Amino acid sequence: MDQQTLSLLVVGATFALYIGIAIWARAGSTSEFYVAGRGVNPIANGMATAADWMSAASFISMAGLIAFLGFTGGAYLMGWTGGYVLMALLLAPYLRKFGKFTVPEFIGDRFYSKVARVVAVISLLAMSITYVIGQMRGVGIAFSNILEVPLAIGLLSGMAVVFIYAVLGGMKGITYTQIAQYVIMIFAYTVPAVFISLTLTGQVFPQIGLGSTLQGQDTYLLDALDQTMVDLGFTMYTATEGGMSMLNMFLLTLALMIGTAGLPHVIIRFFTVPRVRDARKSAGWALVFIGILYTTAPAVGAMAIWNLVNTVHPGEIGTEEGHLAYEDKPAWMERWEQTGLLAFEDKNEDGRIQYYNEDNEEFAAMAEEEYGWEGSEIVTLDRDIMVLANPEIAGLPGWVIALVAAGGIAAALSTAAGLLLAISSAISHDLLKGVFMPRISEQGELLAGRIAMACAILFAGYLGLNPPGFAAEVVALAFGLAAASLFPTLMMGIFMKKMNKEGAIAGMLVGLVTTLLYIFTYKGWFFFSGTAMLPDTEEYWLFGVNPTGFGAIGAVFNFVAAYIVMKLTKEPPQHIQELVENVRVPRTDNPS
Amino acid sequence: MSQEDLSRQAYWRAHLRLLAICLAIWFFVSFGLGILLAAPLNAFSIGGYPLGFWFAQQGAIYTFIVLIFVYAWRMNVLDRKFNVHEE
Repeated sequence: MDQQTLSLLVVGATFALYIGIAIWARAGSTSEFYVAGRGVNPIANGMATAADWMSAASFISMAGLIAFLGFTGGAYLMGWTGGYVLMALLLAPYLRKFGKFTVPEFIGDRFYSKVARVVAVISLLAMSITYVIGQMRGVGIAFSNILEVPLAIGLLSGMAVVFIYAVLGGMKGITYTQIAQYVIMIFAYTVPAVFISLTLTGQVFPQIGLGSTLQGQDTYLLDALDQTMVDLGFTMYTATEGGMSMLNMFLLTLALMIGTAGLPHVIIRFFTVPRVRDARKSAGWALVFIGILYTTAPAVGAMAIWNLVNTVHPGEIGTEEGHLAYEDKPAWMERWEQTGLLAFEDKNEDGRIQYYNEDNEEFAAMAEEEYGWEGSEIVTLDRDIMVLANPEIAGLPGWVIALVAAGGIAAALSTAAGLLLAISSAISHDLLKGVFMPRISEQGELLAGRIAMACAILFAGYLGLNPPGFAAEVVALAFGLAAASLFPTLMMGIFMKKMNKEGAIAGMLVGLVTTLLYIFTYKGWFFFSGTAMLPDTEEYWLFGVNPTGFGAIGAVFNFVAAYIVMKLTKEPPQHIQELVENVRVPRTDNPS
Repeated sequence: MSQEDLSRQAYWRAHLRLLAICLAIWFFVSFGLGILLAAPLNAFSIGGYPLGFWFAQQGAIYTFIVLIFVYAWRMNVLDRKFNVHEE
């Protein structure tokens, strides 16, 4: 059986499983549709949260980003895990105690204002749609790998599957499907990593393998990698310089952390557990399940770049047999060339491939003089393919390659389903039912949600075809928006009894608008390419702040604006202050 | 102010103290050891990992997991002490 048939079979089997579970666990009431009837075991919820939240970006893009960033890639690792500490400590238990269906609903009730609720819906839509773009791109890449078709066709088939899937399951169906998707995803991620770690270092656990010596040698893998990178004109892999500046690493980590804690589709997962104490514990379990992938990813990234460089440069650099002859290149390179995500150009016409840092002028000049190199000959190397091509690079069997493709699709689908549920519940429950049409029937509410879902998929699909950056970076922008608008408002709603509606609305608007403006200035208005006001490079950034890390500053603006406006306006009514007292304790004997 | 209100206030203060300790550890391990102090820490190593690199790509994550479970455990103790725990 050839690779393509095998991959299709494996992916087809996982689809059958998801759709089967979605049909088996269909929602029978609005409570089941929005919060799975609040009957989900905390460990099961932790696993579903992990799948919901670990997206195509985590699965497909992150290890590739780390591979090319080295040390500073830690911003993504710490940012996307540290947010769970904030969520468990500052938000989840209190919002569970409040006990409603959506995040804008809490904001609307706590700040006794429909305007606040609408602003929260707008923030939620802005970030969720941005986030869905990243998933669409991930789905497209995974499909184009399996079916060996152009990205556009892969993306369209992905959109169709996501649509069927999201419409079939409410929160109840999504939860149980996500548990299956987590198992597939983590298996698909760790199996190749274990194989590669065994091959390179002889260690079963990649987390240990990355810190071990190379098989049969005394040299540590990371030391050897540092040396190889330097030999090719790059900075050392583990060194703190190179990659992003320390300021941007700090801000990006912070923006990703508070953004993670403020993501509505993750927060609503904690509405599904029975008790407040379950919400705290469940966040811990979620991080355990996420941590399995996140501590493996640095090993995957480092080992992928190691394997790639050593495939292209099998011998001593600068010597003739030190460089891979173009006609000898392995089959996986040929397959990825067809997708257009990998491309070579024999610039010095020696029939061999040279890959090095041509932006390092000193090194490039030396290489031209000494070795006769006329530019790096891997002219396109999409970082997103690193995880998908990894098992092929390491020469692993066909079923592992099929499994990785299925895992990537599981990661994208589970997150897309969670996001689409958050989008449709914001429109049907918060906008229509809550504000514009309070008398809408339950069926009308569901129909509205589904139409909203379809529009979101089409819009995201278009942007998935014309993406503003790599999948993980697009998602990082969504996190910036969550950080700047929702997280500060939710936190002040719980921890500042005197915070009033005027302050909350002002804070959300200031956080949202400043962050959007800053991002659009460099990435283009609504991400349409060609509409950017300034080039997206360090010399044009305000105080050198990367747009992907601006959310942390937007959050500070939100806090400050809210505080100033609160001081100038009257304090919230007594019953609201009692509501705050109430969400702060797990059990209240006299509910008010 | 009623007895219950006073007890609630004491509960909230104890809770905030616990939060402050946990968040200080959260900040120190990630932003401190993993970013700001990573360059000097890289002079040391565990196995083949430079120490600062290890905190940024491994250690911080392990700390976060332990931190959440310790917090959940301490909060359960606190809930019982102030008699606000759930059945």
